[in-house]
Amino acid sequence: METKKLKKVDIIFENEQGLSMAVLEKTLKRNPDDIILDLIDSGLKGRGGAGFPTGLKWKFTKNEENPVKYVICNADEGEPGTFKDREIIERVPEKIFTGIAICGYVIGAKEGYIYIRGEYNFLLKNLNVKLQEFNEKLKKLHFDFKIYLRSGSGAYVCGEESALFESMEGFRGEPRNKPPYPTVAGYNSKPTAINNVETLVYTTMICHMGPEKFKALGTTDSRGSKVFSVSGDTPIPGIYELELGMPLHDFVEDFGDGDTKAVQIGGASGFCVTRKKFNDTIIGFEGIPTGGSMMIFNSSRSMYNVLHDYLEFFCEESCGQCTPCRIGCQQLLKGIEAVKRGERPPSYLEDLKKLTATMKIAAKCGLGQSVGNPFNSIVDNFREEIIY
Amino acid sequence: MSTTEVLISELVELHGRTRNSLMPILQGVVQQEKYLSEDAMITVARELNISAADVFGTASFYTFLDTIPRGKNVVRVCKTISCHMKNKEAIIRALEDTLKIKVGETTHDKQFTLLTANCLGWCHKGPVMLVNDEVYPEVTPETAVEILNKYGRSK
Amino acid sequence: MSKYMVNLKINNVPLAVEEGTTILEAAKTLNFKIPTLCNHPDLTVAGNCRVCVVEVKGARLLSASCATPVSEGMEVFTNSEKVRTSRKHIVELLLSEHNSDCTKCKKNGNCELQSLALEYRVGDHTFLSVLKPKDLLPDLSSPSIVRDNSKCIRCQRCVRTCTELQGVNALCVAYKGDHQTISTFMNKPMNEVVCTNCGQCINRCPTGALTEKNSVDFVWDALYNQNKFVVVQTAPAVRIALGEELGYDPGERVTGKMVAALRKIGFNKVLDTDFTADLTILEEGFELLNRLKSVLVDQDETVKLPMMTSCSPGWIKFIEHIYPEMLGNLSTCKSPQQMFGALAKTYYAEKVNVKAQDMIVVSIMPCTAKKFECDRPEMRDSGFKDVDFVLTTRELALMIKQAGIDFRSLEPEAYDSILGESTGAGVIFGATGGVMEAALRTAYEVVTGREVPFTNLEIKPVRGMEGVKEASIKIKNVKPEFAHLEGVELNVAVAHGLSNARKVMDDVRDGKTNYHFIEVMGCPGGCLGGGGQPIPTSEEIRKKRAEAIYDEDHNMKLRKSHENPEVTALYEEFLGVPNGHKSHDLLHTHYKARIRY
Repeated sequence: METKKLKKVDIIFENEQGLSMAVLEKTLKRNPDDIILDLIDSGLKGRGGAGFPTGLKWKFTKNEENPVKYVICNADEGEPGTFKDREIIERVPEKIFTGIAICGYVIGAKEGYIYIRGEYNFLLKNLNVKLQEFNEKLKKLHFDFKIYLRSGSGAYVCGEESALFESMEGFRGEPRNKPPYPTVAGYNSKPTAINNVETLVYTTMICHMGPEKFKALGTTDSRGSKVFSVSGDTPIPGIYELELGMPLHDFVEDFGDGDTKAVQIGGASGFCVTRKKFNDTIIGFEGIPTGGSMMIFNSSRSMYNVLHDYLEFFCEESCGQCTPCRIGCQQLLKGIEAVKRGERPPSYLEDLKKLTATMKIAAKCGLGQSVGNPFNSIVDNFREEIIY
Repeated sequence: MSTTEVLISELVELHGRTRNSLMPILQGVVQQEKYLSEDAMITVARELNISAADVFGTASFYTFLDTIPRGKNVVRVCKTISCHMKNKEAIIRALEDTLKIKVGETTHDKQFTLLTANCLGWCHKGPVMLVNDEVYPEVTPETAVEILNKYGRSK
Repeated sequence: MSKYMVNLKINNVPLAVEEGTTILEAAKTLNFKIPTLCNHPDLTVAGNCRVCVVEVKGARLLSASCATPVSEGMEVFTNSEKVRTSRKHIVELLLSEHNSDCTKCKKNGNCELQSLALEYRVGDHTFLSVLKPKDLLPDLSSPSIVRDNSKCIRCQRCVRTCTELQGVNALCVAYKGDHQTISTFMNKPMNEVVCTNCGQCINRCPTGALTEKNSVDFVWDALYNQNKFVVVQTAPAVRIALGEELGYDPGERVTGKMVAALRKIGFNKVLDTDFTADLTILEEGFELLNRLKSVLVDQDETVKLPMMTSCSPGWIKFIEHIYPEMLGNLSTCKSPQQMFGALAKTYYAEKVNVKAQDMIVVSIMPCTAKKFECDRPEMRDSGFKDVDFVLTTRELALMIKQAGIDFRSLEPEAYDSILGESTGAGVIFGATGGVMEAALRTAYEVVTGREVPFTNLEIKPVRGMEGVKEASIKIKNVKPEFAHLEGVELNVAVAHGLSNARKVMDDVRDGKTNYHFIEVMGCPGGCLGGGGQPIPTSEEIRKKRAEAIYDEDHNMKLRKSHENPEVTALYEEFLGVPNGHKSHDLLHTHYKARIRY
């Protein structure tokens, strides 16, 4: 399997004076189709976790015939263990704005929105000032496009794109039925290109440096680099931009505390990988993809507590509309508690695993569909810890 | 007009009288008043020509749009995994002891409400707490209590 | 232009359906039954219960068949292993959140969740109970509707009904995750919110979470009480729907059998609300003519036009809450039920020589709001509570079953006299447009001396299931006393379902209309689709009930209210003239503004 050594890179936070404006001016003169071709060529996939090819998303939205379209920057970063978007917003907001404006130019939108989680309200004041400056600059460039800020109010599920639209439209953040997809009917039921914060910065940078340099990083399935949020039992928690395609083993070597027993990749909705599999696990779309959360656990940690914590989180943060997710999450939580207390036999864990199979294919959105990821990977790898 | 009605009419003026403005309007009310009173929800419903039940149903979906009375300062301690691993329990205990309330409660003088929150996005710097919109990473039981003093806790 | 056709296979059977068809609809054309819970033919698609999931070849996820449109070349499996396992899980999950005390549930035997549990042979409870103790306390505050959250499966059909069909929005979905629940504003009791008591939520609740406030036992107590003279009145829409609860198909009329059953149950007299429907037409018709004269001739600005009908208590409460500034437009006529009650304990009591205090008036209504109406303080003009108890069509069916009556074998019987005679005009009160049609049949004839100019008296423009209907009649060659109406084009509108009423009211308020008279019935289809009618309901079923009503009218000897001989006698012996002094005392009332939110 194609792998890359762990390598730190500096694309996202590169902050040369005037970079954003230069990219914007240059790009707004290009043919939108060429920009899409560059993005497709770069192999950039969405950095929010789902990994949809960004160039295609823009192309689909561009191809929709509708006088009103929107660009939305999804800054509702809520996955436990993820904090990269906050850092990006704090440090390089212009690069995000630029990505939004370029996307607007490509797809033919006049309005862009940044939906930022309510937990990051303290960022708003500064961000607003920067945004006003940027909007002024757009005016000077005679580009008819404006970016607005909208905030969430404490609901993890609003990171799901259709729930985010519902929230922006003033409703409960309940995910919609799909199809239609956002590129056809998103915010206000208009064609919408919705991208993660980090993705938009990469589009800015691909427009800046060309697809070749980006493509040279990573593997065939996972082009480029990615910002990782490292936390847990590590001496050096924080934000790191790393080339994609490294084995987990390398990562643990650099970031672990020498006693790492497991890494949770992709946050609460991601997968738990144990020491035995560190060598065989690739960080990337061919292995385990991640929105960036890397949570490290050493041998002092109870994986029962970890799983319990995740399940409590999902019980509270499920939107509650669909049966498999609303009740399924509660059953998984109550289930492991009952097994722990001896009120259900260990074999009940098998029943619960079957339930996660149903949740995975029958829940309405990604939230309910992915609760089985942590459940199965922790229960399978740490069965004793769960039971006793 | 009550102060709430004045506030809401200003917010409506600012954000517009459409359903799309519901969230910014509710957020504006909570920023000022810390929670959405019945009167506030009814006023918003009247302004936007929607039902009060609809406003309540929407607001109650969002953790930060409280519909029960809150204190002047709302303290939220992150309870999710990384902060859990960094002993958020000790922070909560210190705050409970100091404020003499349990999580979910408001002090008698209506100065503080103590709540927990799901992941606040500071996993590398836990434990973390929010006081209103301000964030305080890497708190200890001692600094957490000191922070309360900043918000006018009467000692 | 014909729509684009999409080819697909369902369970290996090829078919072509119009673009935009859902998998669920497509499967139905092949008679493949896919279970549903949150789906309802009257409502928008929710796709939240997930019980209708199917497998689409090549897809990673199962698809909610109610919410997924077909696509070219799609291969669907409605009963694969994955589908069956998932469905069973979903039913088990719902049961784990549900108060499954079925034997004590009013919906036992008519519960969609119960049927699914049976179908999927859900046996031992695999899952732990996640039923919340606080949900075990039902809300009994409303005189019409009981809300029991412990039975609720969160399908949101009630919320969509209250919002989409009724435009009332008394119900909402509140909170999220494991706290998500169906609620009212701040979870207040139903009698403290803008609920109109229409009961449409009950008609669409798949379980026992929403039911009517049951009055059957009170009625039995009255019947067993030897000192009470118990009379019963039956609303027009009951006779064409009661059969559905007793094994008949929608649209089968059971009028005579119903009368026979009521006698067998033990009512002293079996009387007809159709009689007071005819009376309402005279009172309301003359009120309209008076208002027209006041506005057109006297230019009295205190008199409001358009006049709006006032037979539907859900509609009354709606206008009290939402459009209090337009209460003056409401006809002052009480509803036929309340006119009946007021007359029963005065005029009729004297006729049958029973003291009013010894008389119990029971109504059989297609309506839950009538339970609220009969409790209103305005409804005691006889000196007593004019109507003592209201039973829904469903509750009557229950009484018939409890009494051990073999309904099918009953010989049809006729209503008692007096207060039992009616015309076709009274019968059609049960359908949307019916009050308007009946009123026009009488008013036109009163004004011109000629029959209303429609073939067979059938005023087709006001019939049918369109949400808002309009009609105009040019009044010509009037009698001398109505000279002021010569050449007037009388504009009328008919709305059914409160969402449609809202549209009309907004237009009236904004001065966009030139209506003289508006009929509003609170429920979709009118009373025949009332909140007390048999469950299930759908437009298809409501159309069949409407056909039955119009058949009943068609077969009546008398079809115009002013030709009802008992009504004529009532005026001669007791009331004097329509809108006269006595009428005003007994048959008219005023309503009041209520909280707006």
